[in-house]
Amino acid sequence: MAFEDQRTTVYKIDPAHPESETLPTLRTEELLLNMGPQHPATHGVLKVILELEGERLVKSTPVLGYLHRGVEKLAEDGTYHQFIPHTDRLDYVCAMYNNFAYCRAVEKLMNITVPDRAEYLRTIVAEVQRIIGHQFWIGTQALDIGAMGVFFYCFRDREILMDWFDELCGARLTTSWYRIGGVERDFTPSLIEKLKLFLDYFPPKIEEYKVFLETNRIWVGRTKGVAIISAEDAVSFGLSGPPLRGSGVDYDLRKAQPYSAYPKCEFSVPLGKNGDTYDRYWIRVQEFYESVKIIRQCLEQMQDGPIMADVPSVTLPPKQRVFTNLESMIQQFKLFSQGFDAPPGEIYCGTEAHKGELGFYIVSTGGGKPYRLKIRAPSFIHMGAFDHMSRGYMISDAVTIFGTYDIVMGECDR
Amino acid sequence: MGLIQIGRHEKDGTPDIVTTTVEKAVNWARKGSLWPITFGLACCAIEMIAAVSSRYDMDRYGAGVFRASPRQSDLMIVAGTVCRRMAPVIRKLYDQMPEPKYVIAMGSCATSGNIYDSYSVVQGVDRFVPVDIYVPGCPPTPEALFDGILKLQERIMLKPVFLKQPDQVKPNLKI
Amino acid sequence: MSLQQLASRLQENFATGFVKAVEWRGDLAVTVTRDRLHEVAQFLHNDPAMDFDYIVHVSSVDWPDDEERFEVVYEFYSIKKRQRIRLKTRVPESDCIVDSLTDLWKGADFMEREVYDMMGIRFRHHPDLRRILLPDDFTEGYPLRKDFPLRGKGWRDTFEFLDETAR
Repeated sequence: MAFEDQRTTVYKIDPAHPESETLPTLRTEELLLNMGPQHPATHGVLKVILELEGERLVKSTPVLGYLHRGVEKLAEDGTYHQFIPHTDRLDYVCAMYNNFAYCRAVEKLMNITVPDRAEYLRTIVAEVQRIIGHQFWIGTQALDIGAMGVFFYCFRDREILMDWFDELCGARLTTSWYRIGGVERDFTPSLIEKLKLFLDYFPPKIEEYKVFLETNRIWVGRTKGVAIISAEDAVSFGLSGPPLRGSGVDYDLRKAQPYSAYPKCEFSVPLGKNGDTYDRYWIRVQEFYESVKIIRQCLEQMQDGPIMADVPSVTLPPKQRVFTNLESMIQQFKLFSQGFDAPPGEIYCGTEAHKGELGFYIVSTGGGKPYRLKIRAPSFIHMGAFDHMSRGYMISDAVTIFGTYDIVMGECDR
Repeated sequence: MGLIQIGRHEKDGTPDIVTTTVEKAVNWARKGSLWPITFGLACCAIEMIAAVSSRYDMDRYGAGVFRASPRQSDLMIVAGTVCRRMAPVIRKLYDQMPEPKYVIAMGSCATSGNIYDSYSVVQGVDRFVPVDIYVPGCPPTPEALFDGILKLQERIMLKPVFLKQPDQVKPNLKI
Repeated sequence: MSLQQLASRLQENFATGFVKAVEWRGDLAVTVTRDRLHEVAQFLHNDPAMDFDYIVHVSSVDWPDDEERFEVVYEFYSIKKRQRIRLKTRVPESDCIVDSLTDLWKGADFMEREVYDMMGIRFRHHPDLRRILLPDDFTEGYPLRKDFPLRGKGWRDTFEFLDETAR
């Protein structure tokens, strides 16, 4: 990469000035500063080359690729079922939403309808994931700006949900509970009990976070008016999720192209006004309340029923039968080694993850392996707007701007 | 472990003299104040952050002061996948750390590349950085990371102190 | 506007460039020729009845057995009309250059750089076309092509490893 040499600007003193003979000419230079890839505030490994004029950012060039693992190429090498754990590791903060997005895409390709109970289960877990994703965001954004107490409070509450996931599917972070056609296992009564307790415990905690932040002059001063983006620019850049809604654009896939159990729930989509960091923070806090509402409604409306679609050539048999019944074992083996026969064609399916629109574009030529699998990652697209958003702000705002986009490098670099 | 011997006063038996070897004292100080470098790469970084947070508190083992600069730290926890572009950066950071320094490879990706058998992932960080402890898991729970840190502390206690430090291991990196 | 009507409007306005339109599983995919790609995209962006103001993704597919090997895929969405359309074009390997759409959608910038990085398709009039996810000195080729092996072309074996660990 070739960068221009430091540009110098020479200010000439006005000849009419009385002291113009004796004053020296002022000379300022632009400074190139490298931030990352190892930095306590970058959310993952990201390098940004900042051109500064004094303390103001003139231009910032993000350098990506420090976590490029070749996931899209690996997808072509395995079957559709085998790709589910890869999707976990994309946006590793709320892993199950990636599973959800991928399973929806494959179900669209295979034209499978998921049973009702499975839809409700999926929606509940997806909204719980949204809560932990936003909690992580508030904790790390506050930590970057300097409010370290909020970080510990958010993580304390996050641990409760981590235990819940541990009981649900055996893993805290990179769970793979969603399956093509449904979910892996059902909720136990103790899980539902714990979830209800959490839903009563959580809203006062949101008030706690708000007391820490919204009444704090420093937080408000560092987030209001910082990294403003207009609605037109946001749409043109392809932003989605809270960065887009912060500028007032009403685009939420749960309402625009409803899926799963969302059409049966009543919830609203918070919209910002100014498009600055404070609005995006406010939207994420409001989404906490909306998620709690959605989970309560789903728990009430959920009926008993099957948790996996009954399409034996595609969906996996229940694990208990695999260990005891020979046909189930053969079916499981065949589905994982050869894969199911996908029809030739291509689809795109987008889902409203907590960062933005996470989409999968799958091209299939028949057979068990995808021909091409493209991941539309919101973090990557948000990085495209980073330069535009950060011009003119101070260098200390660079850290705030990273955070407000909620970038995760696993998704950005794939 | 036989760290110290306590001598008691003749008259009333209060302990007043502590004898140990200088090596044990130095190693005890080193193991109790490991300063890690903030070095999360991927998903394991989230579990590392959870290990430092309020529930699992890494600070009780002395390893809670995460330093941003490699010059001030002595433990590098490589948490996450090591990719092609990041490898020289890791090596540079490792070289910048002062002796004595330790490396924990946290997670399967840092140990051996995990499921990423692809064109841009180094199959394990021990290809270019000497590793002391491997913590398996994808990601390892915070308790597993503590297990690794405690084992590292045991290893530190066994290390000799008054020997010439080994020569810095230098590969010719043509990445 | 239904997907049928969308496709027929495009066919009326761009009779020479229109190749085919496929509707499958609720998605509409329109293939156009390379030279009229920019005009079609401009029409989709500017026409008030179409109003595709949001760019969803840009990607590429490699069909090594076809004469026009690479397929560049754009997907657009209209926020007000709640419609999605996929625009595709084919380029041969010998001359894999396509017009860039960064003047219409700013988000195409990074997305087209990724397509260049992974597949090797160049974009005319792109402001800054260089590799984004792989290192700049990556000389082994373009990974997502079908003839590029999954494990790379030997970098993993010729990387200078440590001979022995220090302790």
